[in-house]
Amino acid sequence: MALDEKNIKDIAHLARLKIEENEVAESLADFSSILSMINEMQTVNTENIVPLSNPHEQTQKLRKDVVTESNDREKLLNLAPRATDGLFLVPRVID
Amino acid sequence: MIEKTVSELARALSTGSVSSVELTQAFIDRITSIDTQQNSYITVDEETALRQARQADDARSRGTDTLLLGIPIAHKDLFCTQGTKTTCGSKMLKDFVSPYDATVVARLKDSGAVTLGKTNCDEFAMGSSTENSFFGPTRNPWGQNRVPGGSSGGSASAVAAGLCAMATGTDTGGSIRQPASFCGVTGLKPTYGRVSRWGMIAYASSLDVGGPLAKTAHDAAIMLNAIAGHDPKDSTSVSISTEDYTQSLDAPLTNLRIGLPRQYFSKDLDPRVATIIQETARDLEKLGATLVDIDLQKSTLSLPAYYVIAPAEASTNLSRYDGVRYGYRCDDPLDLEDMYTRSRTEGFGNEVKRRIMIGTYALCAGYYDAYYKKAQKIRRLVKQDFDNAFQNVDVILSPTSPFTAFELGAKKDPVSMYLEDVYTLGVNLAGIPGISVPAGFIDGLPIGAQLIAPDFKEGLLLNIAHQYQQNSDWHKQKPSISKGVK
Amino acid sequence: MAWETVIGLEVHVQLSTKSKLFSGSDIKFGAEPNTQANIFDLALPGTLPVFNESVLKMAVKFGLAINAKINKKSVFDRKNYFYPDLPKGYQVSQLDHPTVGPGSLKIKLDNGAEKKININRAHIEEDAGKSLHEDYQGMSGIDLNRAGTPLLEIVSEPDLRSAEEAVLFLKKLHSVIRYLDISDAIMAEGSMRCDANISVRKVGEIELGTRTEIKNINSFRFVERAINHEVRRQIELIEDGADIAQETRLYDSELDETRPMRSKEIANDYRYFPEPDLLPIIIDDTYIDAVRDELPELPEEKKQRFISQLKLNEYDAGVLVTNREIADFFEEIAIATQDSKAAANWVSQDMMALLNKNNCTILETPISAERLSSLIMRIKDGTISGKIAKRVFEFMVSDSSSVDSIIKEKGLEQVSDTNVIDQLVDDVIAKNQSQVEQYRAGKEQVIGFLVGQCMQQSKGKANPSQVNALLREKMR
Repeated sequence: MALDEKNIKDIAHLARLKIEENEVAESLADFSSILSMINEMQTVNTENIVPLSNPHEQTQKLRKDVVTESNDREKLLNLAPRATDGLFLVPRVID
Repeated sequence: MIEKTVSELARALSTGSVSSVELTQAFIDRITSIDTQQNSYITVDEETALRQARQADDARSRGTDTLLLGIPIAHKDLFCTQGTKTTCGSKMLKDFVSPYDATVVARLKDSGAVTLGKTNCDEFAMGSSTENSFFGPTRNPWGQNRVPGGSSGGSASAVAAGLCAMATGTDTGGSIRQPASFCGVTGLKPTYGRVSRWGMIAYASSLDVGGPLAKTAHDAAIMLNAIAGHDPKDSTSVSISTEDYTQSLDAPLTNLRIGLPRQYFSKDLDPRVATIIQETARDLEKLGATLVDIDLQKSTLSLPAYYVIAPAEASTNLSRYDGVRYGYRCDDPLDLEDMYTRSRTEGFGNEVKRRIMIGTYALCAGYYDAYYKKAQKIRRLVKQDFDNAFQNVDVILSPTSPFTAFELGAKKDPVSMYLEDVYTLGVNLAGIPGISVPAGFIDGLPIGAQLIAPDFKEGLLLNIAHQYQQNSDWHKQKPSISKGVK
Repeated sequence: MAWETVIGLEVHVQLSTKSKLFSGSDIKFGAEPNTQANIFDLALPGTLPVFNESVLKMAVKFGLAINAKINKKSVFDRKNYFYPDLPKGYQVSQLDHPTVGPGSLKIKLDNGAEKKININRAHIEEDAGKSLHEDYQGMSGIDLNRAGTPLLEIVSEPDLRSAEEAVLFLKKLHSVIRYLDISDAIMAEGSMRCDANISVRKVGEIELGTRTEIKNINSFRFVERAINHEVRRQIELIEDGADIAQETRLYDSELDETRPMRSKEIANDYRYFPEPDLLPIIIDDTYIDAVRDELPELPEEKKQRFISQLKLNEYDAGVLVTNREIADFFEEIAIATQDSKAAANWVSQDMMALLNKNNCTILETPISAERLSSLIMRIKDGTISGKIAKRVFEFMVSDSSSVDSIIKEKGLEQVSDTNVIDQLVDDVIAKNQSQVEQYRAGKEQVIGFLVGQCMQQSKGKANPSQVNALLREKMR
C-alpha cells in the first residue's frame, strides 16, 4: 500500500488540512515511515478475532427523556468567532 | 511547606499551622519565581486560586475538615475549567474559556481543593515530551535542557518542582506515567471508565483516562478518591462502585505475585534501566512478594495498533475544531472551504496534523479493514495477553519508559518519539490500570517503575506503590531547583 | 420503447421526544435560533453523548409495527464530513447494526391489488442544524436548534415502480407513524422528509439503471412531481444516447425541476467507524415484549375490526383508518349512535369535505364527535330529514350551540303533522296536473318529481316518506 503525493493531498483535503507544495514530500516521507511501523500489524493472523472497540465491552446506559438544559444562547454565542442576530456566521453556504 | 505531601499539608491545615491562603500564596510565589523558566503552567489564575483558598479557610473556620480542603492543585490544560482558559496547548483554543467544569474539576472543587492554574501539555495530548505545545516546551526540573515527558509534562514537572501539591493528568498511551517517570513523581493511570471523561477534552475516546500526578502513592490515592466514580454524563464511565483507596495502602505484600514480562526486558533495553527495575523487583520481593517471569507475546503489537486506533479516533474527535462556533478562525476566509482548511491548518500544530492525517487515512473506505479493524482485532489480542498473564500473577512490573528524560529537540523523527511509549501503550489498549513509581536515578535523572494490574485494581497498585515508598526514598529526592526553598 | 421506473425511498422522521437524542436540550418546533442549542449540541470540547431512552422505544415500536426484525444489539457509528450545520464534524448514525432490521408495509394500488413494499432497515441518527442563506453581513447564518434532534431513517427496498406507488407508500408510512404517535410527521415542517433514489430501465431488463438521489422533497404532492420529472429527465437522456450520472439532485418545487447539488460535487469518504463515546445498545425479549404491549391498534388491524365488528364495507373501513384521529372520531360516533353505516357516511363524506375545505385536522374542527352523534340521532328519531341534517351540519360549523337548539332556532324540525302534509300534497297535485296524469298513465318515476315539489314547498321540512305515501294514495 505505497502512497504517493496525490494520496497525501487527498487525505489532507478530507481532513480539511492544507499541505504546502514544498511540504508534501516531507509529509509523504513521515507518513510512509509511520505506515511501515503500523504495517507490522499485517504480520499477525487475526482471522476469527472479534474487533474490540471498548475495553470493557459494557452496554449503553439510557438517559431519561427530560429537558435539562435551558437557553444559554448569549453566553455560548460569545464564544463564536463571528455571530449576529442569534446566529453563528460563516462564509456563504451553497447547497 | 510546599515541599510537603498532600497528607502532610492536610494535617498542617487541619491543625491551623498554616492557612490555605498562606499555602496558596506560597505556591504562587514559587510559580512566579521559577515558572518563567520552567513553563509548567499555561495559565496561573491567581485571583481564582486565592478566592477559593479564602473560601476553604472560611469553611474550615465553620468546622469543615476534609482532606483536600484548601490544598492547592493544578489541572492539565485538557480539563475544562469554567471561567479559566482551557487551551489543550493549542493555538486552536488559545483563548477558549469553557462555560462549564469537567467532572474531575467539579469533584475536586467540591472536595475543597484550590485550583492554582492550568498546566502545559503536548497539543491535544499528542506527544511524549510536552514539546508539541503552542505555549512552548516545559523544562524538566531535573535538567533544564531536558524534556519533562508528556503529554502531562506540565503537571509532572509542576509536582516535581513544588509548583502545586499535586496535579491532574490524562493518559491515552502513557501520558501520565511517562512524565511521572521522567520527573520522579508518582503517576496513576486508572482503569478506563473509572474516571469521568466529561469535560476532559478528547484525544482518543476509547483510550483516554484522567488520573493523578502526585508526590506519593498516598497522595495519588487521596486524589483518586475524589475523582473516581460513575458519571451519568459519560456513557463510557463504569458504574462499578469505588472504594476508599487510602484504606488498603498498608496491606502487607505477602502472597503477592508479581510478573516480569520477558518481552519488556529484551536485549534492546538500556541495561541501566533494566538493572533499576530488577532492583525494584527484589525490593518488592523483600516485602513479601513472589517474582514470576511471564510472557506478553503480543506486546510488540501494541505500538502499531495504538498508532492506528488513537489517530483514527482523534482525527474525528478533532473535526469539531472548524472555526464556526468557538476557537480559532483564520483571517478573511475566501469561502467556506477556505475557512475550514486555513483555520485548521493554522490552528493545529504539526504533530496534531500528522495524527489527523494518519487517522483519516486509516478510516478511509478502502483501508478500514486493513488498518482500523485490524488494529481493533489486535487490541483484543493485547487485552487477552494481559488477561492470560493475570491468571498467574496479581500485577506486572516493567519499566515505565525505556529511557530517562531526553534533551529538548533530541527526537525529531516521529517514530522514535512514538517508541517512548512502548511499555505504556498496551495498558491503554487493554483499559487496565497502571502506575509509575520513582525507582532510581541514571546520571542524576529519575526513572520510574511501572506496575500494571487487572481492571479496577487501582487499590492494589496504590497499596504496592505505597509499601514500596515506605521502604525507599527515590520519591523523596528533590531536583536542585527545589533546594534552598523553605 | 417501454420503460420501467425503479424507486426506493429514504424517509427521515423526527421523533417526537421531549429532549434531543444525546442531550437534554428541548426540541420544540419554531424556537428562536440557537435557543435550544446547548454545550453538547454545539460540540463544545469535552462534551459527551448520552442516549435518550424514548428514542430506543420509539424505534422499536416502529419496527414492531412493520413486522421488522428488531436487532438485540445496535451500534452507533460516526459518519464524518464537514458542514457548518454539523457541529461535531460527524453525524452519529447506525451503519452496520441498525436498531430495526428488515420489515415491510402493504400498499393498496388503484386497481385494488395489494403490494408488499419491503423495508430494508430503520436506523437512529442525529438531525443537523440549519444554514440560513439570507444575507447576514454577506455571510450565512447557522442555527443549531435542530442539531441533535432524534431521527429515524427508514430505508425502503427499490420495490416501488411509479411515483403513484411512492406516494401510496409514503402515505401508508405516515399513517403508521401517526398511529404510533412517534412523530408529528409533518412534511411541510420537515418533521418527515423524503429522499428518493430513482432509476429507469427498459421493461424486461433485470439490471438496475444508474440511479440519482433526489433530496429536498417536502410534500406528498412534490414527491409525485419530483419523481415524474426525474423519470422523464432520465428517459430523455438515455434516449438521446447520454449516460445518467450517479449524483445527488435537489428538487426545486417552484421550477418543478431537479438540479445537481453543488456541495456534493467532491465525492466524500464518510469514514464510518463505531462511535467510541457510546456503547452498543443491548435489548432483550422482555424489553421488546414490553414495547409490544404498548403498541396501539394499527391501521390494518383496525380496518379488519371495523369490517367484522362494525359491518363496514372494505372501502369505507379503508378510508376511515387512514388517520388514527379520524378512526377514533368515527368509532365514537358509531358507538354513540349504534349506526356505524350512518357514522361512516357522515365522517368519510361530510367531515372529510369539511376538513379539506378548512384545511384543518379532525381535532381542530368545531364539530365534535358528540355533536355529530346527536345530529345523526335526530335523523334516526325523525326530528329532521337527512337532507335537513346537511343544513344543520352547515350551521354547526359556525354555531357552537347544541344540535337541538340549532334545529329549534332555525325551525328545521321535520313536519309530520298529517293535516299539514295533507294540505301540502293536495296543493302540489293541483299545481302539477300533467305530471299527475303521467303517473296515473303508469309513468312511475314521476313520483320523484312530485315528492321533490312537496319538499321544496315545505322548505325540506316535510317528512319525505309520509309525503311519498300520501301522494301515492291520493293519485290512486
